[in-house]
Amino acid sequence: MQKNTLTRFLLVVALFLGQFTFASDTEKEVGEHDKDLKTEIKEYITHHLQDAHDFSLFSYTKENGEHKYVGFSLPVILWDDGLRVFSSSKFHHGETLAEVDGNHYKLYHSKIYKTDAEGTIHYDEEHHATNVKPIDFSITKNVVMIIITGLLMLWLFTSLARSYAKNNGVPTGAGRFFEPIVLYIRDDIARPNIGEKRYKKYMPFLLTIFFFIWFLNMFGLTPLGINVTGNIAITVSLAVMTFLITNFTGTKDYWMHQFDPLGKSLPWYGKIPLYIILVPIELLGLIIKPFSLLIRLYANMQAGHIVLMSLIGLMFIFKSWLGSPLSFGLAFAISLIEILVALLQAYIFTMLSALYFGFASEEHEHDHEHEAEVAH
Amino acid sequence: MEIPVMVGAGLVVIGVGIGIGRIGGSAMDAIARQPEAYGKIQTAMLIAAALIEGIGFAALFAV
Amino acid sequence: MEKLLEEFSLGLFFWQTVLFGLLLFLMWKFAWKPILNAINDREDGIKNALDAAEDAKREMQNVTADSEKLLKEARAEREAMLKEAREIKDKIVADAKDQAQVEGDKMVKQAQATIESEKNAAVAEIKTQVANLSVDIAEKIIKGELSDKKKQLKLVDDMLGDIKLN
Repeated sequence: MQKNTLTRFLLVVALFLGQFTFASDTEKEVGEHDKDLKTEIKEYITHHLQDAHDFSLFSYTKENGEHKYVGFSLPVILWDDGLRVFSSSKFHHGETLAEVDGNHYKLYHSKIYKTDAEGTIHYDEEHHATNVKPIDFSITKNVVMIIITGLLMLWLFTSLARSYAKNNGVPTGAGRFFEPIVLYIRDDIARPNIGEKRYKKYMPFLLTIFFFIWFLNMFGLTPLGINVTGNIAITVSLAVMTFLITNFTGTKDYWMHQFDPLGKSLPWYGKIPLYIILVPIELLGLIIKPFSLLIRLYANMQAGHIVLMSLIGLMFIFKSWLGSPLSFGLAFAISLIEILVALLQAYIFTMLSALYFGFASEEHEHDHEHEAEVAH
Repeated sequence: MEIPVMVGAGLVVIGVGIGIGRIGGSAMDAIARQPEAYGKIQTAMLIAAALIEGIGFAALFAV
Repeated sequence: MEKLLEEFSLGLFFWQTVLFGLLLFLMWKFAWKPILNAINDREDGIKNALDAAEDAKREMQNVTADSEKLLKEARAEREAMLKEAREIKDKIVADAKDQAQVEGDKMVKQAQATIESEKNAAVAEIKTQVANLSVDIAEKIIKGELSDKKKQLKLVDDMLGDIKLN
């Protein structure tokens, strides 16, 4: 068994090495012209992964070399000694400076910097821009997508709720599809992980977060170039909410477990040396839980988009009758996997949130005994 | 980003992959042995996998 | 890590938190609450219906048992009645037989008695008639006998002789 595993492992390593040599071969074959295409694709992917100040559906280059963008601009809201609101069309997709109330702003790598009238960007040694960044509350593409998803969810589920009232408890239309998912979250995520008694108060959050992440993940697979759940700010916000709910609904037992994990098994003088190590670890665990949540969602979505877009980019790099269909097939297969991943990540986020809520709201045996006594 | 750091991160990811693979495999074995305990095994599997995955992410983002 | 921090946008974080909070509130109020309540109601309804069906089944079983019991009782009653009727019939028949016997016997006895008395009467009558006849005959004979003197004397002698003998 062990030997078998080792052989398999070596085989996998060999396969990987083979791929690397293959990759370097192709690199030699492609000429200088294709190198430009590669960097362009790379930039395109990086650009796509980031948030944008305008909602561009697609862009193309005219024969005279002029970039043409199809889409619509969004409002930019900055806090820079007062509120500054203007349309993102002023940036012309980063090509020009926006001048508002005598201040000049430049869009550089999807971030807004305050510059002088010439639009100079100062760099430090590591080639990071050192210009002042005003606090950016713009309605960006991601914010627009959050609003659209929110409205979609509201529409879908209020209509489901109405169909119950109208049809005497039987869902109609899309509700027939969503109701089993709602039931699944209730019966297979919330109930077993949180417990029969307390699961009800967490249900709205779990349902909202599940459908929110799932819908946004699915939107990310559309060719509109949306990457909301693969944005660190979004996942931080979601994880912070889980963190806050976990700790605000934590019972006395939960906090006892955090600060007094050994309980009455040791006298206080015996606990001190242990607790110097134990308590910080427990407290670190508090932070690590939501941190792993946010990183998992972010990394999975980001990685999925990178792989998918790289494979699509490969089609244009290969430009051969063998390579392009091959990468197309791969991209297709990865898309299918990504559909699964979209659901899986939403499920895991919800599942782990439910698990953390379950830990926090858990009451230990002695409490049940006490309750039973009171009841008698 | 120096090469040794990247290699280290790669090694961590390999370790994480093996770890999660073993968890998944063991969970499959356990489910095959006790199909009625499916839910509990799945939960335990997800927790363990999530913890290990966290280490993997930590390595990746430490690079 | 550095890349992550650089990528983090406070504005997006702000909007996400606000919008998600708002969405959570609205969904809670207008979607999840009615949906979960409706599902709960439906499940309770199904549970109640099942319970009711179970109750009805039990009741039905009770009713069947009851009716079976009744049927059995009725059957037993019928059996008893039939048996009684048969007994009564038998008794009546036996009684009738006895009575007939007694009556018959009585009649026979009466008839016998009548016959006896008739016979006695007849015998008595015959006796009287015989007596009368014999007296008549005797008269006639005596008349004939006593027509001449000799014979009368002889008779008296005979009779006297008889008396002596007696």
